[in-house]
Amino acid sequence: MKEKATVSDTRDLTRLTLSEARDGLAQKTFSAVELTDAFLSAIETANPALNAYVLATPEVAREQAAQSDKRLASGEAGALEGLPLGIKDLFATKGVRTTASSKILGEFKPAYESTVTSNLWNAGAIMLGKLNNDEFAMGSSNETSAFGPVINPWRRKGSKEKLVPGGSSGGSSAAVAADLCLAATATDTGGSIRQPAALTGTVGLKPTYGRCSRWGIVAFASSLDQAGPITKTVRDACIMLGAMAGYDKRDSTCVDRPVPDYEAALGRSIKGLKVGVPQEYRVEGMSQVAEALWQQGIDWMKDAGAKIKEISLPHTKYALPAYYIVAPAEASSNLARYDGVRYGARVPGNNLIEMYEATRAAGFGQEVKRRILIGTYVLSAGYYDAYYLKAQKVRTLIKRDFDAAWNDVDVILTPTTPNPAFAFGEKTGDPLAMYLEDIFTVTVNMAGLPGISVPAGLSSEGTPLGLQLIGKPFDEETLLNVGQIIEASAGKFAPEDRWWS
Amino acid sequence: MQVDQALVMRIARLARIKITDEEAEGLKGELSGIFDWVEQLSELDTDDVEPMTQVVPIALPRREDVVTDGDIADKILANAPMSEDNFFVVPKVVE
Repeated sequence: MKEKATVSDTRDLTRLTLSEARDGLAQKTFSAVELTDAFLSAIETANPALNAYVLATPEVAREQAAQSDKRLASGEAGALEGLPLGIKDLFATKGVRTTASSKILGEFKPAYESTVTSNLWNAGAIMLGKLNNDEFAMGSSNETSAFGPVINPWRRKGSKEKLVPGGSSGGSSAAVAADLCLAATATDTGGSIRQPAALTGTVGLKPTYGRCSRWGIVAFASSLDQAGPITKTVRDACIMLGAMAGYDKRDSTCVDRPVPDYEAALGRSIKGLKVGVPQEYRVEGMSQVAEALWQQGIDWMKDAGAKIKEISLPHTKYALPAYYIVAPAEASSNLARYDGVRYGARVPGNNLIEMYEATRAAGFGQEVKRRILIGTYVLSAGYYDAYYLKAQKVRTLIKRDFDAAWNDVDVILTPTTPNPAFAFGEKTGDPLAMYLEDIFTVTVNMAGLPGISVPAGLSSEGTPLGLQLIGKPFDEETLLNVGQIIEASAGKFAPEDRWWS
Repeated sequence: MQVDQALVMRIARLARIKITDEEAEGLKGELSGIFDWVEQLSELDTDDVEPMTQVVPIALPRREDVVTDGDIADKILANAPMSEDNFFVVPKVVE
């Protein structure tokens, strides 16, 4: 599977995959500085059109690249040595503005580095900049960002209408799809890695809850949030997760278990592997193309020797309503810290409460306010049992569905989203329509499981769709191995018209 | 569930977010719709179901109760909108 960097590739280094670039650096086909400069110049050209980056960090990148070239020369290269990445603006980066794409954080510059990004820099990676996202990761289209929406590099055939890149990690998905970084970090609370990956023809991996440290990541819903990569290929996802994952005593929910060599899991036979197909995922409103691709995926699995089993996850339809209690409740608690006292923007008031209220009114966008209000209400005196406690009980039922399924199958195959990328404004008027974007992804967060979205095909309009694999806790290896089989069967997808470059 | 203007204002007050009458008008309908939609959870009998309190079954780690950090007042105040003599400054709370 491993392809070597060719001469023609070196003319546009940004088109390389992460693994190809790693090989090119190892073979001294190009230097880390050359590779980094290629990306910085691509970002300068394309970002005004795509709005994927909210902050480019060329000085940091060039300094890191020079150091990487030294280590590459002296044989001290790390696993990601010299490889330029984009970082979702939810990860705290020391001395570099971190905003969660919200006005309320103002010009906040953390005095510390998130564990996940520390791990990446320790492995030799290079930071190109901070990537746009839905404000506080609340959204499925990147339309709620205080920095304005990200534009999907993909367009419908024969149309110039702008499409959304998915969300909340829309900057990450668009930047990877448009070759503005080799790979990107992202976070997933209800689908925020997998849904944007599906809508941009990229690979998105949400690891098991506890696999990556949440320390230093702006918190949305702490019992659901998890960091993961968006990449061009499944192999690249292996490389990224290997560097991002690992125990961190500063996150009490981070699990202390060894990080496997994920690349070594690729290429294994799946003969006899039991793949579950949940009947409850055949929902109303699913596009014919998503339905057809799902069947195609089932056939690919069979061709590779896997056994298909129809399974039932009876509480699936309750996952999304339960999520819209749990996530806003946790968000309302987490976002209480933004009060204009210790950091971020402040709007003055005649007294302390007026200052809080004015600061939060000006600092938070519509969707964030809506969710804080929902969360505040469901946690308010007298309503806790009826809402939050009820939702946490439903969560147990959802987890039990999966636990029962694992007695029969090794992995579960579903579509990632019911539909391909949509146009701007199409769903902003109706919060519920937007929430339904996560119908296939949210169960995974509720149960704390790993999930991956792999590009599987194009709609009749020429826009990408993904298939999702759901795995047992900490069995990312099976997801990646099976994901690569889907990738090999489906082929690669890239926009034909590179209108942004 | 019908959310009225007064309830929206009450929740917003609890959440410490100032909202205008116009915003409250829009939120009224949106919140009603969302609460109606989550109402479907009541179809499920959960009387004998334990709530999920842990996503991954691990024992919470413990550590010695000792100071591991500190003396970084300048770092803590570096992003403060207003500070003086190593304190955060806020509008007067006690007359």
